[in-house]
Amino acid sequence: MSFTHKSVFRSAASLALIAIMGTTLLAGVNRLTKARIAAQEKRVILNQLGQLISPDRYNNELQLDLFTFQDDLYFPQGQTVVTYRARLDDKAVAVVMKIAAVNGYNGKINLLVGINEDGTLCGVRVTSHKETPGLGDAIELEKDDWILGFFGRSLDNPPPAGWAVKRDGGEFDQFTGATITPRAVVDAVRLALEYFSAHKSFLFESAVNHAD
Amino acid sequence: MQIDYQQVFSDGIWRQNTGLVVLLGLCPLLAVTNTVINGLGLGLATILTLVFTNLTVSLTRGLVRPEIRIPAYVLIIASVVTVIELLMQAWLYDLYRVLGIFIPLIVTNCAILGRAEAFASRNAPLPSVADGLATGLGFCLALVALGAFREVIGHGTLMSQAGLLFGDLGASLQLSIIPDYPGFLLAMLPPGAFISLGLLIAAKSWLDTHRAAASPSAQQTKANTDCQNGNP
Repeated sequence: MSFTHKSVFRSAASLALIAIMGTTLLAGVNRLTKARIAAQEKRVILNQLGQLISPDRYNNELQLDLFTFQDDLYFPQGQTVVTYRARLDDKAVAVVMKIAAVNGYNGKINLLVGINEDGTLCGVRVTSHKETPGLGDAIELEKDDWILGFFGRSLDNPPPAGWAVKRDGGEFDQFTGATITPRAVVDAVRLALEYFSAHKSFLFESAVNHAD
Repeated sequence: MQIDYQQVFSDGIWRQNTGLVVLLGLCPLLAVTNTVINGLGLGLATILTLVFTNLTVSLTRGLVRPEIRIPAYVLIIASVVTVIELLMQAWLYDLYRVLGIFIPLIVTNCAILGRAEAFASRNAPLPSVADGLATGLGFCLALVALGAFREVIGHGTLMSQAGLLFGDLGASLQLSIIPDYPGFLLAMLPPGAFISLGLLIAAKSWLDTHRAAASPSAQQTKANTDCQNGNP
């Protein structure tokens, strides 16, 4: 038999050596790139949030002033909602909530919902989704301006009965061949507004925390 | 052993092309080739991975005993891919966001383990780098060809979103091949990826057959046996 103790030990040692070399390399590269990656992430988040809240409306570190929570009543399927708080000289201005519409045609529709301090929407954007291309993807701003229809809306505008797509007797357009997708988005936005109106001070005053 | 570099490159790029002949790594090949730029991005990442894994495997071939070679290769490949992922996040963050999960998944592209096992573990560093480069180029070309085909058929454009890869300079690279093109959804969806790949493979076979017919038989039979042997 060629499997002596010595050869097993040698194999283990060489494998360990490769693992150590790999780990050292990764640790080094991680150190070198860490700051840059953080800066890139910040740029992308601020870019997304900037579409909803213009930078001159706040002066806090928006991307760091975040609060995460779960509430299955409003945000089902165990979502962890990240809320960014915009403040001007410590006065609450608006929040942007990262939520998901769960009743879409195909999986979650990830949304950014911006809500001003007075309860009006400063905008909604879709960050990712798996709806049918050509039918449901009109929720993307690049494909259609439907999503801009949320701007300035609030729980009283339209009144509660109007917070639905037209086919369900509401005020929001559906798309030709796709009702499920806009219905899911309208519902999710309405729930976010309801949560905001019920928990406004909680959202603004809770201490910064991170999901991970 | 004498290495015939011309052979290495013609195998890697054409006769044993990973994407079109050996058909390894189909998951990323089919999934990211919506556009030329996505294909090129993943292709370049794969070339880098192959060059560095082949180099490392070749350099450590005296150290790695046969019974532990697979875990050793996987360690090496995973380290290299993670480094590339970190570098992409730092400098090509937007492209990284588009390619997403397919960058870490390069680890599972069996073409890379295959080249480590079939070539780098038996050859000196320089030929191994050449083999990695050739195989990677072949895979990259397949990705770009498929991406170009699907982008033209699906969107009527070429090189859209070039800015993801080339920064501000790239934004001007986009070409509108067919103006006012209504778009052809099928080419963008997964079935379109399979159909396009099939057409591409057929086109390559057709080319090979014609070339073989022009210069008599030996070449074609050799290519066929190579394919069968080359598939780990």
